[in-house]
Amino acid sequence: MDILFQQFFNLDIMSKALPLILEGLKTTLLICLVVIPLGILGGILVAVGSMAKSAVARRALALAVDLMRALPPLVLLILIYSGLPFLGLRLSPLAAVSIAFFLNNAAYYGEVIRAGIESVPNGQWEAARSTGLRADQTFVWVVLPQALRNVLPDLISNTVEVVKLTSLASVVSLQEMLYSADMARSLTFNNSPVVLAAIIYFVMLWPVVRIVSRLENASAK
Amino acid sequence: MNHFIDTFFNAQQILATWPAILKGVVVTLEIAALVVVTGITAGIGLAVLRWLFGRWIKWPLLVFVDVARAVPPLVLVLLAYFGLPSLGVDISGFAVIWLVLSAVLTAFVEEIVWAGLISVKKGQREAARSTGLTEVQALLYVVLPQALRLAVPPLTNRTIAITKNTALGTVIGVPEIINQATTAVSFSGNATPLMMGAFAYLVLFIPIIGFGRWVEGRFAWRRH
Repeated sequence: MDILFQQFFNLDIMSKALPLILEGLKTTLLICLVVIPLGILGGILVAVGSMAKSAVARRALALAVDLMRALPPLVLLILIYSGLPFLGLRLSPLAAVSIAFFLNNAAYYGEVIRAGIESVPNGQWEAARSTGLRADQTFVWVVLPQALRNVLPDLISNTVEVVKLTSLASVVSLQEMLYSADMARSLTFNNSPVVLAAIIYFVMLWPVVRIVSRLENASAK
Repeated sequence: MNHFIDTFFNAQQILATWPAILKGVVVTLEIAALVVVTGITAGIGLAVLRWLFGRWIKWPLLVFVDVARAVPPLVLVLLAYFGLPSLGVDISGFAVIWLVLSAVLTAFVEEIVWAGLISVKKGQREAARSTGLTEVQALLYVVLPQALRLAVPPLTNRTIAITKNTALGTVIGVPEIINQATTAVSFSGNATPLMMGAFAYLVLFIPIIGFGRWVEGRFAWRRH
């Protein structure tokens, strides 16, 4: 029992690692600030694109989305970070993470948002158009807000996944929270810094996870 | 253009690397199969236990489920891989990935199946009980089958997403696909193995994604 506390809940080591981990947390939040809005924007574009008139365009987009869903995010990240330098394109870790996550997130948010748009009844379109709104105005002001509200639980739970995904950035040595914690672990030969990082992730995401559960159970009842 | 093909689709490299990639595919498939079987079985089992003995296990269960859903899997992987040996538990990277991903899948499956269980109308259980079925029989023969049917689409999607996390094994040296590919890249100084690794994932997962779409259409239920 003692060794458990020594190895995993060593307050002394935790307090020493805290500044480093908080520094990492800032980077984690920065990544979130970049990749979540970009991903949602990409998702809206994907959703709009999947309603394109041209069947060829729709097929091509569906194929691209399936490719992005089939590749594990870590594989996509390594492909971009280690592959592009062979083309003479050396990206910073943050740039590689942003591109990889944009591609991955646009595909996932796209699926969610498309389901949302499909859930808005046609009458909404027709009524809005008949008041004199143009098609683009109808989409932005009438359809999209209802679409997003209808799939809010999925949207939030996808965002939780995105925040968790940011920990992959440590693999390409972007110094976010997990990277910092792991560095502290290898310096101290003690697991407490990683436990501390786990606790911070938990504290950040737990309320959101609970809300999603509640929303999902409410709509199931 | 020639240089591009030489760097990314080099025939010599393909010939030299494909046995390693194939080994990686086998490892990935092994982990994926183990995770899917363990996670789904344990998840359904926990939801059933929660239904039958809710009062006793609800809180410890919720702690497990919430931790597994809120903490990134890579954090759990590193904790298990470096942490367990310090407690005297000797564990391989392969076992760590299996254990961690199974735990995460278990948590999600339990929540999805639970949402299914409580969405089956109360009258179903009561009617089943009134025909003389025991509580366990009513659950297993009447409520659970209906709940599972509702749970199939989210279950499929979640299972696919978590199975893809087998790639995390590379971080702790499990010789799965992307690990084999990056090792080959560092030996050859050529990007072809990376493309082969990505291709291997596409070959494995595109049919599964297609299956997921089919399931979603087949088992679709409309919210009113």
